[in-house]
Amino acid sequence: MDLNAVPQEGNATLGGHRKAVYARDADGQMVIAASRGWEVEEIVTSHAVQALHAQAEAARQRVQAGLASPLEFWMYERRMDLALLSQASGFWQWRVKRHLRPDGFAKLSTQQLERYAQALGMAPAALQRLP
Amino acid sequence: MSFQHRHAAHCESGVMSNLLRHHGVQMSESLAFGLSAALAFAYLPFIKVSGQPLIAYRSLPRSIIKGLLAPLAARFRFETFRSPLAGEQRLDALLASGQVVGLQTSVYWLPYFPPDMRFHFNAHNLLVYGKEGDDYLISDPVFEEPVRCASADLLRARFAKGVLAPKGLLYYPQSIGRKDVTPAAVRAAIRKNCRMMLAPVPIAGVRGMRLLANKLQRLPPNDANSAALIGHIVRMQEEIGTGGAGFRFIYAAFLQEAAELAQLPSLSGFAERLTTIGDGWRGLALKAARMVKGRESVDPPAIAAKLREQAANEEAFFRDLKLAVDG
Repeated sequence: MDLNAVPQEGNATLGGHRKAVYARDADGQMVIAASRGWEVEEIVTSHAVQALHAQAEAARQRVQAGLASPLEFWMYERRMDLALLSQASGFWQWRVKRHLRPDGFAKLSTQQLERYAQALGMAPAALQRLP
Repeated sequence: MSFQHRHAAHCESGVMSNLLRHHGVQMSESLAFGLSAALAFAYLPFIKVSGQPLIAYRSLPRSIIKGLLAPLAARFRFETFRSPLAGEQRLDALLASGQVVGLQTSVYWLPYFPPDMRFHFNAHNLLVYGKEGDDYLISDPVFEEPVRCASADLLRARFAKGVLAPKGLLYYPQSIGRKDVTPAAVRAAIRKNCRMMLAPVPIAGVRGMRLLANKLQRLPPNDANSAALIGHIVRMQEEIGTGGAGFRFIYAAFLQEAAELAQLPSLSGFAERLTTIGDGWRGLALKAARMVKGRESVDPPAIAAKLREQAANEEAFFRDLKLAVDG
C-alpha cells in the first residue's frame, strides 16, 4: 500500500479516532501514517455490531411476551453469550439457562442477582427490567 | 523521565516499543514486531469467540513481550492476581515508585474505546504511566494521544472473564541487558518466523490458510452464517489491534530495518514483495466486504480461492526468505 492509498474514508465505527497503518512513501520506505478508516472495516464491523443488536432486540421481544427474563436481554445488550455470562458470573451454564427463563429468574436471591449485576456491570435494580 | 506516547498499529508491539523506548532502547514498533517473530496465521476452529472460530494473523498474545526478552537479554516481571483489590493495590504501588506498567485488558470495559469497537476481546495491551486523582493516565498505543480511564473501569477491564482472561496481568522490566539489537538476533528472528509460517501443522501458517479455505469451500452460499464467517475473517484481519494486511506491512517495515541491522541488503527486496502480498490481503478484504454488504452475491468458494492464492504467495515468500537469511 502506498502512502497516497492510505484510506481516509471516515469509518464511522472508529468514532472519529484515527488508526496507525504502515504504507510505502515516495522513496519506497515503509512509514507509519494515520488513517481515518476504510469502508471495508466499517462494513464488517457494523455487520457484527448489528448482529449483536438484533440478538438483543429479539430478546427484548421475548421478555415482553413473557417468554424470557430480563437477564437474557441484558446478556445480549452487554454483547455476551451464555458461555461468557456463565464465566463472568460464576454460575454453571445450565443454571444460567434456567435464569434466562422468567420463572427461574423470579427465584433468584438478592445475592445471586447481585452476582449477575456485577458480571454485567450494572445495578441489580436495573437488571430486573428492560430499559 | 517523562513518558513519550507514540501511536502504533498494533497494541502489543506498540506497548513494547513505547515501554522499551522509555527505558532507553531504540525500539520501533516494527522492530519489536519482527524481532519477536510475531507474523503468523492461525485458524483455531475449536476456540469460539462470540460463536465464531478464532482466526489470528499474528502470534499468540504475550508472545511479542516474551519474544523480545532473549534478544535484549532482558528480564520482565509478570504478575497476575486472584483478587481485583490486590491487583489494584499492586498497580498503584508500582506507579508510585515511578514504574511504567504494561497491562492486559478487555477492550469491552474500556470506556474510551468507540462503542462500535467494544467487543469482548481480552488480550488488549496498554501502558499505565501515572495516576491523577481517580484517573489512570494511559498510553494506549492504538490511540493517537494518551487517554484517561477511571479506576473502577480499568479494574473491570483487567479482571474481565472469558477466553484469554487477563487475570489482572501486569508486567514491567526488571533489567535490560543490552540496548542494541545484534545482527544474529535479527537473523534468528527471521528464521523463526519462516519456520512458523511453514510449520507442518494443519492449523498454523500457510497450511492454516488452506484449512480455512477448505472450510469456506464447503459453506452454503445462501446461509446467513456464511456471510457472518466471511465478515468475521475480515474483521479479525482489519480491526483495531489486528490487521492481516496491516501485519504484513509492519513486517515489511521490519525487513527494511533488518536489511541495515543484519547487513543483508537483499531483505529490502523481500520487503517490497511482502507489501505486494499485503495488498493481496486488502483485495481479499474488499471482496469479502462487498459480499457482506450485498454488493455482490455471497460466494464462499471465491474467497477460498483468494485465500489459497495468498497461501501460495506466502509459502513461496517464506521459503525464499529462509534461503536468503541462511545463505
